[in-house]
Amino acid sequence: MNPAVNKSEDTLNKYSFNIEGGNFNDAGTVSTRIKSILKQKGLPNDVVRKSAIVCYEAEINIVSYARKGTVNLTITAETVEIEVIDEGPGIPDIEQAMEQGYSTANQQIREMGFGAGMGLHNINSYSDKFDITSEVNKGTFLKMIINNPQSTKDL
Amino acid sequence: MKLREVKEILDADVIVGKDKLDIEVSTAFGADLMSDVLAFAKAGSLLLTGLTNAQVVQTAATRHIAAIILVRGKEPSTEAIDMAKELQIPILATKYILFETAGILYSKGIVGCLKKVGNDSFHK
Amino acid sequence: MKLSEIKEILNADVIVGEDKLDIEVKTAFGADLMSDVLAFAKAGSLLLTGLTNTQVVRIANVLDIAAIILVRGKKPPVETISMARNLQIPILTTKYILFETAGRLYSKGIVGCLEKVEPGSE
Repeated sequence: MNPAVNKSEDTLNKYSFNIEGGNFNDAGTVSTRIKSILKQKGLPNDVVRKSAIVCYEAEINIVSYARKGTVNLTITAETVEIEVIDEGPGIPDIEQAMEQGYSTANQQIREMGFGAGMGLHNINSYSDKFDITSEVNKGTFLKMIINNPQSTKDL
Repeated sequence: MKLREVKEILDADVIVGKDKLDIEVSTAFGADLMSDVLAFAKAGSLLLTGLTNAQVVQTAATRHIAAIILVRGKEPSTEAIDMAKELQIPILATKYILFETAGILYSKGIVGCLKKVGNDSFHK
Repeated sequence: MKLSEIKEILNADVIVGEDKLDIEVKTAFGADLMSDVLAFAKAGSLLLTGLTNTQVVRIANVLDIAAIILVRGKKPPVETISMARNLQIPILTTKYILFETAGRLYSKGIVGCLEKVEPGSE
């Protein structure tokens, strides 16, 4: 434990990352960062894994469809909260988009191994709580909460 | 091996083709990339895949695949089911992951529709 | 089983990780769909895939995959190789198709990193 870290300072456990639409080279780098932050903080492997998975899928969605996006990570003693906000085409029918196998991905995305209509489904199944709202021609907002069953007190 | 045995071994559900379980198969190909299926899958083989859209059925028809085995607990889309019925291509669904599905079939004598990809493996 | 034995069984080339052939592996996952890899592949497993782009390496890193086995004679592009070097993730390439690769490893005792996908198996 680093004594210089003021644990009561809430901002210490908040992080924000920007993602550029269309940049497949960088897709996954935020997930990689989040994984190492959570690991460093000693969160349980399962919490780290779930957080990395949902973030990865959200990143791929931004890179595939949106102009740009932001990922906000908030770590508390009980949860990992990941908010993903993008500016892009939005999702006209969320229910349909959540269906396994439904995808509007183009051939390029599919040949990279994405776009098989599993992304939002994965996000939903790996989050303990998942909210999604979207506005056509504006963008999409995702909020994923992963519970930390061990409730890490010393972050 | 009959498709019926494949169904038993994989504890699979027959989604399309209940009347075709007497088909004989001896080879298989597993992939989720349709371009690779087009390039390498051989006529009369099983196609093991995690893709569930109608394109899989179309590709299977093009390559004269004997039957599609959906792995990892995937369920085919309604478009895929309709197309499979129309093109008379059986679809079976198993909960086993692709690695296990391949391993189990291999241990029962099913082999790859080609072993290795070399310079002469392409159809073109 | 050591990675060096896997190399022998699959007649594979070691593209990255000559110094890591003593790693022990027991399980594997095979897919060309990144979302399925993310959803189901487990830490310490082999990842068998026909995908060669850098995403494969990044996902392998996020999931703590032991080694990537590229099947169907696929060759990784230079960016993939250099990323794997940086992240110290071994890449082996084999000419065997995925079905044969899985079959051969399975018959030597490697098992799936999970057996079946059941509802809620994540």
